[in-house]
Amino acid sequence: MAGLIYYSSVSGNTARLVAALGIQADRIPVRPADPMPAPARPYVLICPTFADGAGRGAVPKQVIRFLNDPPTRALLRGVIGAGNRNFGATFALSGDVIAAKCNVPVLYRFEMAGTETDIACIRAGLDKFWRTECSIMA
Amino acid sequence: MKDLPHTTAVPRAINWNRIQDDKDLEVWNRLTVNFWLPEKVPLSNDVQSWATLTDAERTLTIRVLTGLTLLDTIQNTVGAPSLLPDAQTPHEEAVLTNIAFMEAVHARSYSSIFSTLCSTKEVDEAFRWSEENPHLQAKSRLILQEYNATADPYKRKIASVFLESFLFYSGFYLPMYWSSRAKLTNTADLIRLIIRDEAIHGYYIGYKFQRAIEHLPEPKRADLKEFAFSLMFDLYDLEAHYTAELYDDLGLTEDVKAFLHYNANKALQNLGYEALFPAQSCEVNPAILAALSPDSENHDFFSGSGSSYVIGKAVATEDEDWDF
Repeated sequence: MAGLIYYSSVSGNTARLVAALGIQADRIPVRPADPMPAPARPYVLICPTFADGAGRGAVPKQVIRFLNDPPTRALLRGVIGAGNRNFGATFALSGDVIAAKCNVPVLYRFEMAGTETDIACIRAGLDKFWRTECSIMA
Repeated sequence: MKDLPHTTAVPRAINWNRIQDDKDLEVWNRLTVNFWLPEKVPLSNDVQSWATLTDAERTLTIRVLTGLTLLDTIQNTVGAPSLLPDAQTPHEEAVLTNIAFMEAVHARSYSSIFSTLCSTKEVDEAFRWSEENPHLQAKSRLILQEYNATADPYKRKIASVFLESFLFYSGFYLPMYWSSRAKLTNTADLIRLIIRDEAIHGYYIGYKFQRAIEHLPEPKRADLKEFAFSLMFDLYDLEAHYTAELYDDLGLTEDVKAFLHYNANKALQNLGYEALFPAQSCEVNPAILAALSPDSENHDFFSGSGSSYVIGKAVATEDEDWDF
């Protein structure tokens, strides 16, 4: 069984999605002073987007700090991007930025705290994804 | 001359180097970087496209934009200023005045569209219509009632989020629809700038609402949630009538309603609440979703559909933050 790690700002949309998923997950802290999760096994990252109109600042600083640690980054297998379609072309952009930087696939995108459909897709998708990953590694 | 007695609070200068709530600075930065004026959009490129619309389509478009102007006017002069006395930090006050001003820019920008595309007579007629349309007037009055100074400060925030994140969308639908048919594409570009701003406004006011109710006793929080869902029902009812009256002739009413359900759920999420409308009633026309967020296809790696296996193309990042 592999892991799930997420970032959620104080507005809590991503945290609400993760709670609804009902899968054990570690949260990247909002405050830089708090300890970072230190994954020991492969994981998927769920990350919201905070881009400006030009796409700058899409990935939260704390997520960048988390991924700047090479052993942590090496265990990343895929990313799920969150955002709001009202931001047009920058919708869920943080997922794309992380995927490009870390050479992993964008697995899914959802808006805000997700819908029931999103939650079902992510739950089933993660299950299938990890089974495939395990068979590749075996 | 004698000093006046100190009967009121000490006037305090705002210090942006002492932040109590990081969200204030984050949202201030987003809003100011995203600042725009209607002059930046080449609306005159839509003149030819405007000429291809039928009379009924033109009347509909002008009325929809006039209805949006009314909402922006309310948010500019009443809605955002009414939140100022409840602000928890001086930075929140500054953000709210930015929001108020951008609503004035939005309201002003519809008039730029009108002066570019329409005759004075058509526009005057639409403004008269906006004062007489019972559904538009009813939803405006319902919101203004909650903005009233004697109203509950928490309910004011709920009403504000519903205006920002729900009430606009019966109107925003139309320029997205035209854009999906390659019509009025510059007008759609301008509307997308408004949609982007309103998304941040709804997010921020909703966030401040969540913070404000955090420490309230559970019965009061339950009351507020009940109030929010009940106000949403009332507003939805008015929106359904408004939508039918505007869009029935084009046969688009049901399509618009799916968009309303979808946005109502998003407005509730801004307040930290769960969805009201079930998923099957929120299936927005994919052409409208694509018009909302062009260049951003649906990624679903899990189900093997969409363009998901593409691993990122060049995107804007701040390389100084990334070590690798």
